[in-house]
Amino acid sequence: MKRTPFIVRFFGATPKQGWIAIAIAAAITLVLLPALHLLVPPGSPFHVSAYVITLVGKIMCYAIVAVAMDLIWGYTGILSLGHGLFFALGGYAFGMYLMRQIGRDGSYKSDLPDFMVFLDWKQLPWYWTGSDSFLWVLFLVLTVPALVALIFGFFAFRSRIKGVYFSIITQAMVFAAMLFFFRNETGFGGNNGFTDFKRILGYSITAPETRVALFALTALMLLATLVLGRYLVTSKLGRVLAAIRDAESRVMFIGYNPLHYKLFIWTLSAMLCGIAGALYVPQVGIINPGEMSPANSIEIAIWVAVGGRATLIGPVIGAFIVNLAKSFFTMAFPEYWLFFLGALFVGVTLWLPDGVVGLWRKLREKRAQGVAK
Amino acid sequence: MSGPSILLLHEVTVSFDGFRALNELSLDIEEGELRCIIGPNGAGKTTMMDVITGKTRADRGKVMFDQNIDVRRMSEPEIAHLGIGRKFQKPTIFENLTVFENLELSMKTDKRARVSLFAWLDDSALDKISDTLRLIRLDTEADRQAGLLSHGQKQWLEIGMLLMQDPKLLLLDEPVAGMTDDETARTGELFKSLAGKHSLVVVEHDMAFIEQLGGKVTVLHEGSVLAEGDLATVQNDQRVIEVYLGR
Repeated sequence: MKRTPFIVRFFGATPKQGWIAIAIAAAITLVLLPALHLLVPPGSPFHVSAYVITLVGKIMCYAIVAVAMDLIWGYTGILSLGHGLFFALGGYAFGMYLMRQIGRDGSYKSDLPDFMVFLDWKQLPWYWTGSDSFLWVLFLVLTVPALVALIFGFFAFRSRIKGVYFSIITQAMVFAAMLFFFRNETGFGGNNGFTDFKRILGYSITAPETRVALFALTALMLLATLVLGRYLVTSKLGRVLAAIRDAESRVMFIGYNPLHYKLFIWTLSAMLCGIAGALYVPQVGIINPGEMSPANSIEIAIWVAVGGRATLIGPVIGAFIVNLAKSFFTMAFPEYWLFFLGALFVGVTLWLPDGVVGLWRKLREKRAQGVAK
Repeated sequence: MSGPSILLLHEVTVSFDGFRALNELSLDIEEGELRCIIGPNGAGKTTMMDVITGKTRADRGKVMFDQNIDVRRMSEPEIAHLGIGRKFQKPTIFENLTVFENLELSMKTDKRARVSLFAWLDDSALDKISDTLRLIRLDTEADRQAGLLSHGQKQWLEIGMLLMQDPKLLLLDEPVAGMTDDETARTGELFKSLAGKHSLVVVEHDMAFIEQLGGKVTVLHEGSVLAEGDLATVQNDQRVIEVYLGR
């Protein structure tokens, strides 16, 4: 009896064309786009504008969220409609640092962030302690979304809440969080959130070099997320997750405790979203409670469905397709964007149950059959 | 009573909204025994299995495994680790995994999440999987997706998954439902070969199959034991005839 070695299964899960595509995408985002932005002068037709760098960087953050969503929805069968919360929490945590980096350059020339001066606060609230330290905030980015997910997940999974009930509760959770962050008293800038950032680690946040550094960091993080995801789903843990998706009671009766497995992947997924949020905020220059709107969290599920569930690379493709379409529509016909998004979701559900990756696989199979004949 | 008891139920009662699914049910299974349990629909057969495996809590009574382990407060995974394997009425396998992977996950091993994250199969594990594959006659289907198997093959796979756990006690809920006569006969042979090494409790409706298995038969009715003995004795019991045929 032989078992295909792990390393073969790890690399074999993605066909050769897939690896080539990933390598090309990595070369474009890590070398080509940064070089065209920094080295080619703005007048040249080959110059890549700051708009493009920001847009692609932003979508790569979304793609990390989509992969994190795929781990919990595609592979474990748990549909979260509240992943926007973890993304926003990571964003807010890092935003605190960016607010402190403004220093006395704000409109009120105060040590406190502008919105606190506006509220007539005399000192930072206790939970802002240490927010001027980059390392402490990095720690918050990694732990706050994870902790929230861990506590929420523990109670939800222990009570064996499943299916649509779980989805609805996550939606309620993100909505409640949004209302909480809208309040000025919460100490996170109310409905304006955080914006007008000036510096990161002392470097100007609008400098092309800073922008490119953040962009490349996001590309690396996306790549790392894909590799980690592939490792997880190839490991025995990944098969237990798939087993939970197929027949949870059987999993229990052969001696696994699904609670621990679900909590692990749920918390890890939230953590990845938090990191994505932290990379997103300095690039787009704003974070506000709008990120926690229920519609945003639903959109994450649409990216995954469009790209193809349980494929890892599919959600990345889905995030790019939907968000590029969104950028186009919101500029060309802003009032039709939501109609298009709805139609896209209905269309994919009806005709492409396995998303773009599923379609590609089907075409490849057909071609292989054609060759065989 | 000749051998030591592997499973003892003493006056177990379970009620759902006033309905007594089990009514002071007492049952004693010996180590290595092959016991068949029959009874009309609603007699409490499945509820009994739920109580033994931790899915349902008993309101009253004792459930003792291996003489001195009280399973009433334990969770499903904990009970599975004690060595109680359960086969469901409807074949319950992991449809999107291969036959091999179904057996791999079922194997008796450390099943904590942090261990699974870095787990790999050694030679003895592979041997055990291939032995089981041969036993359940699925060795040529090892890499096939389990959802594509025939109904009878799925039943066998689920039995194989139980065996991978090395259980002391197997609870089998209608294991031959939907099998062809040939498959049923082979399943009977398999169960008879397992008895002695393992203890088996088989819930069935198929009388020919029960006859093939031999062993003691317990008749459940309205949540308690109506009759117990070999098949012929039970079939000639006046109360059993009344329950099955009605008055």
